[in-house]
Amino acid sequence: MSVDAKQAPRAAGRPPVVQMRGISMEFPGVKALQEVDFRLFPGEVHALMGENGAGKSTLIKVLTGVYTPTGGVTTLDGQEVSFSGPAAAQDSGISTVYQEVNLCPNLTVAENILLGREPRRFGAIDGRATRARAAELLADMGLDVDPGSVLAEHPIAVQQLVAIARAVAVDAKVLILDEPTSSLDQDEVAELFRIMRVLRDKGVAILFVSHFLEQVYEISDRMTVLRNGRLVGEHLTQDLSRINLLSLMIGRELGALEELERLADQAGEEASAAPVLRATGLGRKGSVAPFDLQINRGEVVGLAGLLGSGRTEIARLLFGADRADSGEVTVDGKVVQLRSPRAAIASGIAFCSEDRKGEGVVADLSIRDNLVLAMQAAAGWARPIPRKTKDQLVEKWIKALDIRPANPDALVGRLSGGNQQKVLLARWLVTEPKLLILDEPTRGIDIGAKTQIQKLVAELAQKGMAVLYISAELEEVVRLSHRTVVMKDRAKIAELDQHATVDDIMRLIAHVGERTEAVAG
Amino acid sequence: MTSARPLDRFRSSGLLWPLVAIVALLAANAIVRPSFLALRFQDGHLYGSLVDILKNGAPTMLIALGMCLVIATRGIDLSVGAVVAISGAVTCSYIAAAPDPTSARAALVGMGMALALCAVLGLWNGFLVAALGIQPIIATLVLMTAGRGIAMLITDGQIITVRNPVFRTVGAGFLVLPVSILIAIAVFVLVAVVTRRTALGLLIESVGINPEASRLAGLRARTIRWTVYVFAAICAGVAGLMISSNVSAADANNAGLWIEMDAILAVVIGGTSLAGGRYSLTGTLLGALIIQTLTTTVYSMGIAPEITLVFKAVVVIAVCLLQAPKVRAALGRRTRRRSAQPAPDAEPGAERSEQTPTGPIVEKVTQP
Repeated sequence: MSVDAKQAPRAAGRPPVVQMRGISMEFPGVKALQEVDFRLFPGEVHALMGENGAGKSTLIKVLTGVYTPTGGVTTLDGQEVSFSGPAAAQDSGISTVYQEVNLCPNLTVAENILLGREPRRFGAIDGRATRARAAELLADMGLDVDPGSVLAEHPIAVQQLVAIARAVAVDAKVLILDEPTSSLDQDEVAELFRIMRVLRDKGVAILFVSHFLEQVYEISDRMTVLRNGRLVGEHLTQDLSRINLLSLMIGRELGALEELERLADQAGEEASAAPVLRATGLGRKGSVAPFDLQINRGEVVGLAGLLGSGRTEIARLLFGADRADSGEVTVDGKVVQLRSPRAAIASGIAFCSEDRKGEGVVADLSIRDNLVLAMQAAAGWARPIPRKTKDQLVEKWIKALDIRPANPDALVGRLSGGNQQKVLLARWLVTEPKLLILDEPTRGIDIGAKTQIQKLVAELAQKGMAVLYISAELEEVVRLSHRTVVMKDRAKIAELDQHATVDDIMRLIAHVGERTEAVAG
Repeated sequence: MTSARPLDRFRSSGLLWPLVAIVALLAANAIVRPSFLALRFQDGHLYGSLVDILKNGAPTMLIALGMCLVIATRGIDLSVGAVVAISGAVTCSYIAAAPDPTSARAALVGMGMALALCAVLGLWNGFLVAALGIQPIIATLVLMTAGRGIAMLITDGQIITVRNPVFRTVGAGFLVLPVSILIAIAVFVLVAVVTRRTALGLLIESVGINPEASRLAGLRARTIRWTVYVFAAICAGVAGLMISSNVSAADANNAGLWIEMDAILAVVIGGTSLAGGRYSLTGTLLGALIIQTLTTTVYSMGIAPEITLVFKAVVVIAVCLLQAPKVRAALGRRTRRRSAQPAPDAEPGAERSEQTPTGPIVEKVTQP
């Protein structure tokens, strides 16, 4: 590695480690990338920016050999390369951590980190050496995880860091981090950034994809912006203002956010006091402590808290995905038994899980089938929704939510995260629920779709729907909600009114146990 | 150009290669023995090798249909062979012990009892899989192993022979065509209509692709999984009636032996993935026909029956290879290079080469 690694971030004088020229990638009916140029210098953190479906993930998959491009050339250290698969790319020094954790949950942390590269002894895997080597790597990262523990026992955030440890374990020239921070809390992000800086100063080229603008500006030296599969620019981060970046990514003016605030305010005035759902002493041992909650017609109630604070657990109890062992729920004044999701749906409750891939969309079915699934399930198998009705619904919602591609027959698994989320939302909206529970509906999706979804939530509330809104982004919660419930350590600690600020929430969460003060209003 | 659309859809449906394989097998037979394709009409019956294939293939077809739905929900049912044996054993034991073993009443009651018991066995499988969450391969292994024992208990370890004209109709009777194939076709049509004209097919596929997402979308995922096991067991029960009726005897040891493997093969050859999800009933039917045609081919060509399994293996490998995305892509590339001007709107990769790879399969099968 070079002596002057310190000035690496401005490494314009040095040859790029990766250079891609004229990369095109076509799937049947979709041009995912069109003649994209991209370069990556050693010792820099390079952010790849773009909306959902802009082609970021596709470009990464081309670079790592998951896809073979239909056109264009990739060079690594000046040599033309064509990887037969991720393993070949990794052997050449390109390591990747994908958006969704791609590890084996049933193996130990150590085995996951060194999978395929285990230290061997007499031809067999040396378990002790594996654990020792993994412990060393984890210690380097400052992670306090038992390398002998099974991966699935850890929360997603830790699994993510393990995935990064795995990528770091090979002495990578290029490290690709695709949305690594989407499930990390502040401290974990800071930790990740520390590690990224260490690696960068060692001369590793880091490709970073994130939807968190502040993080991109904090960590990156240079950025490449894609839109609709085309390159729209490469800039030094310091030379590109946030607003310019946004207009490059979206390609249109940003008026939607202001409109959103206006909508939220209006809806706030109209929120009536008619409770759609009231939970009293609802709880489940080991999951969430008994809590009271009321959600009114036309009201957005935010659920704020750190990762693992019990946000998702509340949502699952209210939807019958998990059974409560105490308390009762009334919907429109009538007591309901939420024994299963089916029962909750029958009471007019809908739920978008935070785990889009695992618990949300049915990847191998078309947009059309995914869209009508909940409605069809409610109607029963013997009463199929007529083809004509289906087509009308699908057409209406593809248009209303701007789902791309606008092809009802496209398999949902092929769509980008934001579009999958929209399909999921549409699946519930066609059932016209009284209460819509959204768990992290904007995680891992781009600014444009994020704004669209938030705007939709505000509009739905205005039309009288009750919404329970969960997000790790406190500003989002505060902006949208008429009331905010604050969670900490699997218990409800406070309920704030419309005038709550992010600071209020942070203070509440920071002050352990001081619940008596916590009731604002 | 209007005819191009249905053709494309047919190509992408995955039915092309199974169909090609059947045609190739039949052609090979016809070449070796021209009388193979001949059909005779006599006493209101249709006779001929083709009819034999249908008749002997009916049990496998039925079981494969049940298996197809089970596999679509990410499951598998290894116990169908044992259920076949139990079904035959119950019916024959009842008929043999009836006051009048030749009466229609004895046959009908016996068959009714057998099918009711099969439904209970299906409930048991479904209970293990859907309610207790045991992995399907293990859950159904229980009955696969125990089932033949149960059949032996019912028959007291004897081969029970019966002479009952009504019972004999099911497996050996004719209504121009063999009754057994008529039953199989009726069940096929019934399943196709029930799953594709209603939303059941969509719900089954959804459960197979993503069980948890399906549950959260309000599907009765457990009920659906449970039901397909019951259906598979009833199909196996009817197949068991056919098999024992055809020989007028219940053989607890050998009736339906390894038929679960043929059924799984038929489903896979037909293009349904063992990983669950999208399924093809027509493909399954073709798959069952391929297996039966192959068996008949071996017999009619005078090849030692011991080698039948080897031939089955060869054909299965060939058909599965032809369906593998990698092989398809490779073949697609070769034909594209060979043909001067490829169709402009054809999809990349795969199955546009009707002429190429059918030759080798047929040659391998007919070699000796």
